[in-house]
Amino acid sequence: MQRFKEKSVRYFFMVCGLLSIVILFGIFYLLLNSSFPAISKVGIKAFFAEGYWNPTAFSGPQYSIWNLIKGTFMVGAGSLIIAVPLGVACAAYLAEIASTREREIFKPIIEILAGIPSVVLGFFGLVVVAPLLSRLFNIPTGINALNGSILVGIMALPTVITIAEDAISSVPQNYKHASLALGATRWQTLRKVILPAALSGIIAASMLGMGRAIGETMTVLMATGNALANPSSFLDSVRTLSANIAIEMGEVPMGSVHFHSLFFVGLVLFLITFVINLIADLIFQHYREGA
Amino acid sequence: MIIADKPQKNSELPQEIKVKEQPRIVTKLSQKAKSSNVVQQKTKVKAEALSFYYGPTRALTDISFDIIANEVTALIGPSGCGKTTFLRIINRMNDLILGSRVEGKVSIDGKDIYESSVDVVELRRRVGLVFQQPNPFPKSIYENVAYGPRIHGIKKRAILDEIVEKSLTQAALWDEVKDRLKEFGLSLSGGQQQRLCIARVLAVRPEIILMDEPTSALDPVATQRIEDLIRTLASDYTIIIVTHNMQQAARISDTTAFFLLGELVEWGKTSQIFTRPRDSKTEEYITGRFG
Amino acid sequence: MLTKEENHHRRNVSEKFAFLSLRLSLFLVMFILGVILYDITAKGIGVLSWDFITKMPKTGMTEGGIFPAIVGTLYVTVLAALLAVPLGVASAIFLNEYATQGKITRLIRISLRNLAGVPSIVFGLFGVALFVQIMGFRASLLAAGLTLGLLTLPVTVTAAEEALKTVPKSFREGGLALGATKWQMIRTLVLPPAFPGMLTGVILGLARAAGETAPILFTGAAFFLPFLPNSPFSQFMALPYHLFIMATQHHNISAVRPIAYGTAFVLLAMVFLLNLGAIILRYRYRKRFQR
Repeated sequence: MQRFKEKSVRYFFMVCGLLSIVILFGIFYLLLNSSFPAISKVGIKAFFAEGYWNPTAFSGPQYSIWNLIKGTFMVGAGSLIIAVPLGVACAAYLAEIASTREREIFKPIIEILAGIPSVVLGFFGLVVVAPLLSRLFNIPTGINALNGSILVGIMALPTVITIAEDAISSVPQNYKHASLALGATRWQTLRKVILPAALSGIIAASMLGMGRAIGETMTVLMATGNALANPSSFLDSVRTLSANIAIEMGEVPMGSVHFHSLFFVGLVLFLITFVINLIADLIFQHYREGA
Repeated sequence: MIIADKPQKNSELPQEIKVKEQPRIVTKLSQKAKSSNVVQQKTKVKAEALSFYYGPTRALTDISFDIIANEVTALIGPSGCGKTTFLRIINRMNDLILGSRVEGKVSIDGKDIYESSVDVVELRRRVGLVFQQPNPFPKSIYENVAYGPRIHGIKKRAILDEIVEKSLTQAALWDEVKDRLKEFGLSLSGGQQQRLCIARVLAVRPEIILMDEPTSALDPVATQRIEDLIRTLASDYTIIIVTHNMQQAARISDTTAFFLLGELVEWGKTSQIFTRPRDSKTEEYITGRFG
Repeated sequence: MLTKEENHHRRNVSEKFAFLSLRLSLFLVMFILGVILYDITAKGIGVLSWDFITKMPKTGMTEGGIFPAIVGTLYVTVLAALLAVPLGVASAIFLNEYATQGKITRLIRISLRNLAGVPSIVFGLFGVALFVQIMGFRASLLAAGLTLGLLTLPVTVTAAEEALKTVPKSFREGGLALGATKWQMIRTLVLPPAFPGMLTGVILGLARAAGETAPILFTGAAFFLPFLPNSPFSQFMALPYHLFIMATQHHNISAVRPIAYGTAFVLLAMVFLLNLGAIILRYRYRKRFQR
């Protein structure tokens, strides 16, 4: 009787543990399933062909997600250009230079930054950063890819800092000591020994930051302007995959081709972030075993 | 015995080994069969051709060994010799180690404890284990002792009270803690914590008590108290103790077994092991030439 | 060729300069955070009044309070917790206490990490497909709460596992050695000491859930409702969504800017209080079992 109970308890926990696999596959399956009507009507080719996203056009709706992908990667890359150098610098400082006291003060503050809801960041972009950019570049509105990149960069910062710091601190102490013993300064040691040794971890951190940036919705929705045109610079308004779903999902008739094509957009977004996260994960495992 | 077929050197014992009230004996070693002088008493635990593996590594090789009821049996040997492994086989705590495997037979009162019908939980109730580091639970002193009886279904407060008092008295701790049973077990001193852990084991009425270097973390005074306690308990329980401390083995045990590199080199009456070891390795170890 | 002193001097200067720039990047991040918090607080706190947080919106949401949005956010967060906490804790128990390091465990961990990287808008789509359509909950508190719950699941599992890892192995062994079954051991010796840590993680997860907008956009959040939700199947207003509406969708955006700031401030305050509570809790219990 007791043995039976023990076994059932074990199975109960196992089922709960397995649920995360089910959910991940469930997400993939439902996205695929719900986008299937759109795929069969529109065709994969038309989705990825160069052109415009205009499903509601009276004559000949267009379903090209070309510009959306372009916008997504612009904001993703732009935010990384901001978040990675700044984040790695902060991480290096916290891991190698800061005193214990400084670390105890700054780390919770960085957690606070991580806790700011993305909609608040978007709001900040709208009311503070946009006017600033408009004055700085002398453009009518500061709501564009640059604004989105800045805010998403800020949003990705805590992720980059935390993981890069982890990677830098896990560089074995004897590397550091060996370098210092050879007469290298702390800065030389940091630059030539520690950072290269932590490189794969830093790359993993950047990938995860990228994953977050690409998947981010509210901030870009509020700060990038969401124009469907083909963007030519960071001062142009762009629309990302995620923003596109957020804007149109609430207004499409359920069951229409348009509705299902939004699921296809979601599927593409899911796959992009999935691959990025998987790569980050592989790099991670690699450096965990290496260290 | 593996060693028996090897030629042995005759040598003399140095003088610093003290054995319970016995005069120093300088003697010649013989190559006679090893445990012939064990008087036929009731065997409580019997190991027959026992080997133990952690994955591919063999930790114990072909151990055959009788442990007599109501005696103190000391297991001695250098670190990593398998004495703790042997101890943990007797209440199957080694089952928790992944990829471990037992060959041969271990029986208690003639019953194989590795048979599939054996209830491990019940076995562990009958065979208590005291750990090297005192490990009181994060509960009150009272709840620490009442833990075992509670999980075995005793709910009546009066009975629990009685068990707690009796167990603490047996563990020579009652007088020190009777006025503060509600305090945290961790608030006690190291020696008191260890006696609390012994009381915790006594509370489930075991037949055999295993002790894994129970005094190695304690100061000499606390050690003395635990040793006295072990001698007292020996009249009611079969006690098997792993110790690093040769004097301790000599002071408290009736039988001593010497382990080396996963093999049982020799075992016999403590007085005989410490005065007339049959094997040169035993002699070298107890005279402090290695280990 | 430089002399020894010159070389030494140059190295010192470059090190100082480098460390200073690293430090400045950290200060830059702190400055950005400061500006965001200052702007929201300075312009939001003036709007705050008892009426603002306890009254319904009036005259097309240009006046009045944000009470229904606060209530809606609380409801949906609690619903998310009801799903995520039991499931997350159970998964963590499986991973940390029962699972062996095999393929399945690896797969679960990979799934969890990838689940954590799935964009929130994709969770929104999943919620639409599963809860709104397939399960027929319509756009409702229940659908949104469950969607948010799934989103929080990876955070909860990770936090619960961290908490379980802080419980010393000696508690587990001590319990098993007394004849406790595995589940008895977990229930009585592992979960109670892990509880504060779990609570910390759960609060952090909920703080994140409370600030999320994208997953609730199409699963139940409403633009405006003249009444409070009265069943799990009603739609609801939520703080982050309300902020989004006030910032970008309202017909008179400049007139409602103060309300938007007030909403942003209340949302931030709510998230920070939760974070702060979690940090304090963690700090208080961090060193409990270290000896």
